[in-house]
Amino acid sequence: MSNALIRLPRSVKKGEVFEIKTLVQHPMETGYRSGTNGTIIPRDIIEEMICTYNGVEIFRMRMSSAVAANPFVSFHTVATESGTLFFRWTGDNGFKLEETARITVA
Amino acid sequence: MNHSPLTRRRFLARSGIATAGAAFVTVLPLLPAQATAESLAAAIKEIVGSAKLNAGRVTLDIPPLVENGNTVPMKISVESPMTAKDHVKAIHVFNEKNPQPHVLNAYLGPRAGRASISAHIKLADSQKVVAIAELSDGSFWSASAEVIVTIAACTEEVT
Repeated sequence: MSNALIRLPRSVKKGEVFEIKTLVQHPMETGYRSGTNGTIIPRDIIEEMICTYNGVEIFRMRMSSAVAANPFVSFHTVATESGTLFFRWTGDNGFKLEETARITVA
Repeated sequence: MNHSPLTRRRFLARSGIATAGAAFVTVLPLLPAQATAESLAAAIKEIVGSAKLNAGRVTLDIPPLVENGNTVPMKISVESPMTAKDHVKAIHVFNEKNPQPHVLNAYLGPRAGRASISAHIKLADSQKVVAIAELSDGSFWSASAEVIVTIAACTEEVT
């Protein structure tokens, strides 16, 4: 089972730029490695990550096999209003993980 | 007539071709799958198109020497006011010698406030990493860095 970890400031001032750090548990199997019996281990990666802030998309990332296992991604956004940050990761073998985080704008 | 009787000479000629073909097919997979300078250029061209690729404005922060290519921390910042009129639309990262040239494509906008992202990537060899910023005015800016990798990612056997 996959897990996501999201780190952001507990509260920010309106108009302030803050950093969002995300970490997802995922093997990010490249599809280029061979196993003990010599066969190629099939690719299993996260292909896309999206973040929305109160329903508006603020960040999206397309990933390839070259993203490390347990993908760590951080980015910034402007604090506009209190609300919900919604994250979704999708990938091979029907992988889908959703997570939300609350942000309080003072 | 196409179906002339199969003489010894014809049989040998055909089997010779078949063997050569089989040898060709079996040799190919032994070559390591690797992106090249050409595939890197092609991948960049796919993004940039006919626009000019300028140097500057992008800061690619990546260690010059990494011990473990499986997890290489990388940070990219672009000088931009990040307003509705003038902002970074996307940041693209490419490499030279992994099995494929693509690393990631990040799409941002004025809501980002600051064009700065970081991620952990894999590097299969000592190589060049290229970061390209796509701006709202249609211009492209880039930065590149050479990274020396001691233990490569992707290629190791699983035991």
